Amino acid sequence: MADGCVIVGAGQAGFETAAALRAEGYQESIALIGDEPHLPYQRPPLSKGFILDKQGMDEIELRPSQFFSDHRIDVLTGDRVTAIDRARKRVSLASGASRSYDALVLACGARNRQLPVPGADLDGVLYLRTLDESRTVKERLHDANDIVVVGGGFIGLEIAASARSLGKSVTVLEAQPRLMPRVVAPLVSAFYDALHSGRGVTVVCNASVCEIAGDIAHSRHARSVRLDNGQSYPADLVVVGIGVVPNAELARDAGLDTGNGIVVDEFLQTSDPAIYAIGDCAEHPNPYAGCRVRLESVQNAADQARAVAAAIVGRRVPYAAVPWFWTDQFDIRLQMAGLSHGYDEAVTRGNPDAQKFSVYYFKQSRLIAVDSINRPGDHIVARRLLASHAPVTPEQAADEKVNLKDLRI
Amino acid sequence: MPHVVFIQPTGESQTVDVASGTSLMTAAVKHGVEGIIGECGGVCMCATCHIYVREDFLDKLPPIMDTEEAVLDVTNAERLPNSRLSCQIKMTEALDGLTVTIPSSQR
Repeated sequence: MADGCVIVGAGQAGFETAAALRAEGYQESIALIGDEPHLPYQRPPLSKGFILDKQGMDEIELRPSQFFSDHRIDVLTGDRVTAIDRARKRVSLASGASRSYDALVLACGARNRQLPVPGADLDGVLYLRTLDESRTVKERLHDANDIVVVGGGFIGLEIAASARSLGKSVTVLEAQPRLMPRVVAPLVSAFYDALHSGRGVTVVCNASVCEIAGDIAHSRHARSVRLDNGQSYPADLVVVGIGVVPNAELARDAGLDTGNGIVVDEFLQTSDPAIYAIGDCAEHPNPYAGCRVRLESVQNAADQARAVAAAIVGRRVPYAAVPWFWTDQFDIRLQMAGLSHGYDEAVTRGNPDAQKFSVYYFKQSRLIAVDSINRPGDHIVARRLLASHAPVTPEQAADEKVNLKDLRI
Repeated sequence: MPHVVFIQPTGESQTVDVASGTSLMTAAVKHGVEGIIGECGGVCMCATCHIYVREDFLDKLPPIMDTEEAVLDVTNAERLPNSRLSCQIKMTEALDGLTVTIPSSQR
């Protein structure tokens, strides 16, 4: 055991793995390899506090450089693992270097799904996932007036809220019939549609973008976004947030099982027992989904990182953390616990008109998820109810006189 | 610059200068104070920046809002009357000398 642990990807999952290994007392070398030029940083503020200048660089860095030297974590920034030699337990890097491992953790993350329409390569069409991309959006927002956001999911809506807060004219184009369709109930989508519309954002659903038109001959700058129904929206800045593609190619090329991401078992182990995959890139069996899923969240990244660190030091435990997520848009916070996909009944607790309510999702009478809007207490209790598989009924969930906290086992 | 004293469960203490407006959690993480994690980045989601505040400073702190109240209910170490989340306390000149103890576990 002299070659230590190599971690591919220096995002939240990669960073937490390194930190958790040291916290577990792991003594071997640790290499944390990231292709961005920065030390590990938090991504959630990039679409909110960071572009609004409420949080600076020093606040979004996960740890100062001193932390990594103090904990003997070699951070290799601006470099990328290009191949895995599984037989020799060795990775090759773009810089030409190579590194041996006893345990390899793939925390490769995901990349933005590209908008597949003509004009998507024009100047002024931006994506937001990395710190550098966030800086570019921040700079370009400054001089832009008409912002079109393609995609009404978390990222798109957070960017829309931020841009609107800066006084910009903002349009959100969502391909589905409602906002955040994959993750929340129609009631919550409708709430967010009204929230954004009420703050002056133009929200267009069923919007199928077919072209970004621009000044092709000269500046090559985007000027408008066209839909297939002929509608056109003026834009001097287009920000695209239409989901991600997991970075699974490195694993696939090494002969590991991949599907919608890198396939792992309940111990987050790939089809090679020396190699683990975690975070956005890992398609893992999740007890709260009842099947294999890929989750993109801070919680999933951090909890899987700790599970992997424990496994590497010999404490294998099946991964079974309650999934949770949050999104801040304007002054409204949505907190989600569990996974609502496949629900057959949803009940509301609280008052949507007062902008404080929770939606409880049931599948075959079993509570599977809770979305809370400005009801942080409900969210925290929900995490506990889900973790303990407490028998909550829809009637109890909808009844404010019932203290759900008392129901947990 | 005002300073904060972080005391470990072992009794070891560390004094950190904290600029006004910076949260105690951010300052602790930047200065490598063990036991303050701040996994969610200071948005009151994760309960990993729990601290116990020395009693004589309690009434100088901002009040506990709904989000913090909820999260304080799920701290790993026992919640005590002087429990706070360090991400919710921004430094001010009036808090100079603020002394807090870090619980034995955060998760």
